[in-house]
Amino acid sequence: MATEITLEVARYRPGVDSEPVMQSYQVPLREHWAILDGLTYVKDHLDGTLSFRWSCRMGICGSCGMTVNGEPQLSCATFLTDYAPGPIRVEPLHNFPVVRDLVVDIDDFMTKLPKVKPWVVREVQSPVEEGEYLQTPEELDEYQQFSMCINCMLCYSACPVYSLEPDFLGPAAIALAQRYNLDSRDEGADERRDVLSSPEGVWACTFVGECSAVCPKGVDPAGAIQRYKLTAATQSIKELLMPRISRRLNSRSQG
Amino acid sequence: MSVYQRPVHLLWWLERRAYVLFVLRELSSVFVAWFVVFLLLLVNAVSDGTASYQRFLDWSGQWWVVAINVVAMLFVLLHVVTWFGLAPRAMAIKVRGRRVPAQQIVAAHYLAWLVLSAAVAWLVLR
Ligand code: SF4
Ligand code: FES
Repeated sequence: MATEITLEVARYRPGVDSEPVMQSYQVPLREHWAILDGLTYVKDHLDGTLSFRWSCRMGICGSCGMTVNGEPQLSCATFLTDYAPGPIRVEPLHNFPVVRDLVVDIDDFMTKLPKVKPWVVREVQSPVEEGEYLQTPEELDEYQQFSMCINCMLCYSACPVYSLEPDFLGPAAIALAQRYNLDSRDEGADERRDVLSSPEGVWACTFVGECSAVCPKGVDPAGAIQRYKLTAATQSIKELLMPRISRRLNSRSQG
Repeated sequence: MSVYQRPVHLLWWLERRAYVLFVLRELSSVFVAWFVVFLLLLVNAVSDGTASYQRFLDWSGQWWVVAINVVAMLFVLLHVVTWFGLAPRAMAIKVRGRRVPAQQIVAAHYLAWLVLSAAVAWLVLR
């Protein structure tokens, strides 16, 4: 096996480059090295000006998302040997403004996320002395998959709707809304409804399904969105047929 | 601060296989609509009597109408197969507290398709 592999890395220096230019680096091809290790090698030994984000190195923090050979990947969980003999093309995540080299600006997601109130909403908070809100394993099962999201933005990067329609709330934000809607302790489904069923919410999604294909955590945001479409549609029909009763029932029957 | 925004080019959907499939699936709606129009024309011809029905048959026997219909059928099949494949993602059905597995939901869709087709065939061929 070769002892080295070529990384073709997109460089963008604001104020200097008008668009990214590719730069090649030779890095050692070690069995346990991820793309991120290759980039760290470049930064430590070859070119200290290369910028990229990372933190945990173990697929938990969600900060190392990059486009590797055209596919959105966590660079800490994608191994050099899988791409041998190379070269490996490393670019910033698509669909986000590039700040520098491999660093993208995810402010758009950060402003959208709180709109879906991703926390447990209670009509009346019970006092601490009453203890915790209990939940059965079955109830946990209802939303657990959607709670695995690490905000890595790979799904936004893979979503053509988001690239064509930047106002789209997007896969992870909707999956996280569903994470709380389906939580037995939550009473906020009604409050999330306007945002979710707006044109920029679930209805903008055309079910390309790539968000779920690239998600490193098996969240299945596409599934979350389609399920909410069904919920929203069923609710509208119910309200049309029996306006008074359904409003009250709605807050408890999401899914 | 100057940031770089990657432009979206016209052929973005050729970038990934999944995008191509998606665009084809969206395109298939046009052919679904065409079949509806074709059916309405047929019903209209039948209701106008034997002569007009015969004219409709002659018209639809022409090579280019047959060609359109063959292409339309392929697209409608693509539409059906892809949508049925996606159905379990939208439907989280529970029976006695257990989530129904995806394959069973897909199977139920195909079964319903078969039953409906059989019913239509029976109605028409009877
Ligand atoms: S849904 Fe998956 S791909 Fe999207 S941000 Fe969360 S973990 Fe990443
Ligand atoms: S560095 Fe944390 S997910 Fe990759």
